[in-house]
Amino acid sequence: MSARLMQGNEAIAEGALKAGVRFFGGYPITPSTEIAESLAKLLPKVGGTFIQMEDEIASMGVVLGASLAGRKVLTASSGPGISLKQELIGYASAAEIPVVIVNVQRVGPSTGQPTAPSQGDVMQARWGTHGDHSVIVLSPWSVREAFDITVRAVNFAERFRVPVILLTDEIVGHLRENVELPDTVEVYPRRTPKITRAEGYEPYAPDDDLVPNVANFGEGYHIHVTGLIHDETGFPVGSPKVTREAIKRMHDKISRAADEIIDVQREFMDDAEFAVVSFGGTARTAYEAVINARRRGIKVGFIRLVTIFPFAEKIIRELSKNLRGLIVAELNYGQLVNEVERAAQCPVKLCAKYDMTIFEPEEIEQSIDELVAEVNGNG
Amino acid sequence: MKSEFTLKLERCKGCGICVSFCPKQVLALDTLGKVYVANHERCIACGQCELRCPDYAIFMDKITPKKEATS
Amino acid sequence: MVERSYEKFFRRNRLPHLWCPGCGNGIVMKAIVQAIEKNPSFTQDNTVIVSGIGCSSRASGYMDFDTLHTAHGRAIPFATGIKLARPELNVIVITGDGDCTAIGGNHFIHGCRRNVDLTVVLFNNNIYGMTGGQASPMTPLGKKATTAPYGSVDRPFDACKLAEAAGATYVARSTAFHVQHLVKTIEDGLNNRGFSFIEALVQCPTAYGRRNKMGDPAKMMAWMRDNAVMKSAWDKLPEDKRVGDKFPIGLFYRAEAQDYDAAYQQVIDIAGGAAK
Repeated sequence: MSARLMQGNEAIAEGALKAGVRFFGGYPITPSTEIAESLAKLLPKVGGTFIQMEDEIASMGVVLGASLAGRKVLTASSGPGISLKQELIGYASAAEIPVVIVNVQRVGPSTGQPTAPSQGDVMQARWGTHGDHSVIVLSPWSVREAFDITVRAVNFAERFRVPVILLTDEIVGHLRENVELPDTVEVYPRRTPKITRAEGYEPYAPDDDLVPNVANFGEGYHIHVTGLIHDETGFPVGSPKVTREAIKRMHDKISRAADEIIDVQREFMDDAEFAVVSFGGTARTAYEAVINARRRGIKVGFIRLVTIFPFAEKIIRELSKNLRGLIVAELNYGQLVNEVERAAQCPVKLCAKYDMTIFEPEEIEQSIDELVAEVNGNG
Repeated sequence: MKSEFTLKLERCKGCGICVSFCPKQVLALDTLGKVYVANHERCIACGQCELRCPDYAIFMDKITPKKEATS
Repeated sequence: MVERSYEKFFRRNRLPHLWCPGCGNGIVMKAIVQAIEKNPSFTQDNTVIVSGIGCSSRASGYMDFDTLHTAHGRAIPFATGIKLARPELNVIVITGDGDCTAIGGNHFIHGCRRNVDLTVVLFNNNIYGMTGGQASPMTPLGKKATTAPYGSVDRPFDACKLAEAAGATYVARSTAFHVQHLVKTIEDGLNNRGFSFIEALVQCPTAYGRRNKMGDPAKMMAWMRDNAVMKSAWDKLPEDKRVGDKFPIGLFYRAEAQDYDAAYQQVIDIAGGAAK
């Protein structure tokens, strides 16, 4: 495939198609709309289905129905739309339905600043729906990576039967870069039952990796799917034991695979005394700030979380043992910083911004300088 | 008898719908609140009881007079 | 006894169902499987039952098909996704008056508008039963509920008129009393290719009837018998005779219109897409 100039949002649509997504349900909202517009054009060309629903709740419902019927599915939104989707993100988590939800973050709360970039939905991505639940949250920093991470998100959703949140932002969503996309990608197929009904098939009996092989509708298994706590048969059970085991397995299936799910980019860490932790569009600025600081002789490294949740706790703990201080640069009032502080073995400083504008490299450099001064005792 | 009743009492919740809509007062509820056939001889095999039982607990089969066996 | 053929459509090991003594939901659930039985193109393997949340929506768990008990009000979007993903499947939605016309009201009218090939059966018990008797958008004026202790002053929806106005292509009403009529009404809905809506009036003796002094379950059903007027007779009834509790049942609306899947197939054809 030859190189093409395209937006992050378009790359997400292309990645979805390559990963086998054949159903999209959505609702227009800035700055995610181009994903819907691209897929409205592309999906019918491959026999897939695009549908514009009446709201974001219905958009989640329609893709979950399609997923249960065997299609690979994706939906996309931003800010208020993501808030509306939370109800059925919880359903997908409870009923273990593969789905990718793209959040092209904008400034909140509420209607906020609709066209301006933000990374204010970090904790919502992890905890937005009620109750204990499991999700995977991934964040790309370039147009090409938006493509790659979308493929990965679809594969994770299928492999773990879990909602995967592609937490991007207006910076990456609307960024245009010249990219070359691969013709083929590795695709994780829909899990299928390993035994028949006659052999005692139970849709929510976990496989060795703790993920159940839930049959698609229409294949003769007569399964029951519910958002109520259920046992391995899929039917609701009001017992403490079943409740405890169901919630625990939901978490364990992700945590035991955390090392495979977690992806952290590390640069200039060999001699680093300090490091900047960032993700998504902000990481682009952080990278430049790190390079500028190193030119001035500060031994600062670069840590970028491609996987935000499950959080790279072990990696941050290990890396920080050799550091004198960490900066967390994020385009919000301070969210990821709390996760980093929990794991870090060194002082952590927040570099926050929440004024509609993206970081300038100088702003992050200034934070680095301040941190250096603070730990040197002359702050 | 024009009819044969089958009662699945584990399903019966004693709502009394079959008793009320029986045009011939064939059915009644016992002291435990479950349906029983009190006056079978009055049954006209209309099937109203089974038709509206919300719990699928009462089944009425018409008995058709046996024809002479032909061999 | 001859085993009733419709019983094979139930997950019999899960019966008796959880509904209260005298609840009409069981009658409608049986009517649905009897209607399915009459339509040879509906099999247990190619039919999906989708429900929302509430008393009515527990029906899916007792029916031996692929079944989906969704979130409150959201059955129609889920059902739309299943139908569009696998158009060869038959999709039936079971919902209630609160589920369909309150929290799911937007999905309901847009399902009608798109004319998705679904059959939606609304179990109308006039109340929120599962949560103990709160007023719904279909609680009649003046009737009492825990959240309308002095009688409801909120003007109720006529869900059939709503469905027709929103674009459904089959709209009918029946009751738990009129069982044979109810079965036929659902059967005709299943045969319609497009959005079919059937309102089935059911008695809720526990949360609605008792509070409104409507008597035991049989009395509530007798009320249906005495007040339901077949559409043909209703149309001839002068306005001044349409008084008291009288209400029409029967087929209200039927139209030929392209269903959503057929419409979207045109999109695929124009886009030059491969077969699904």
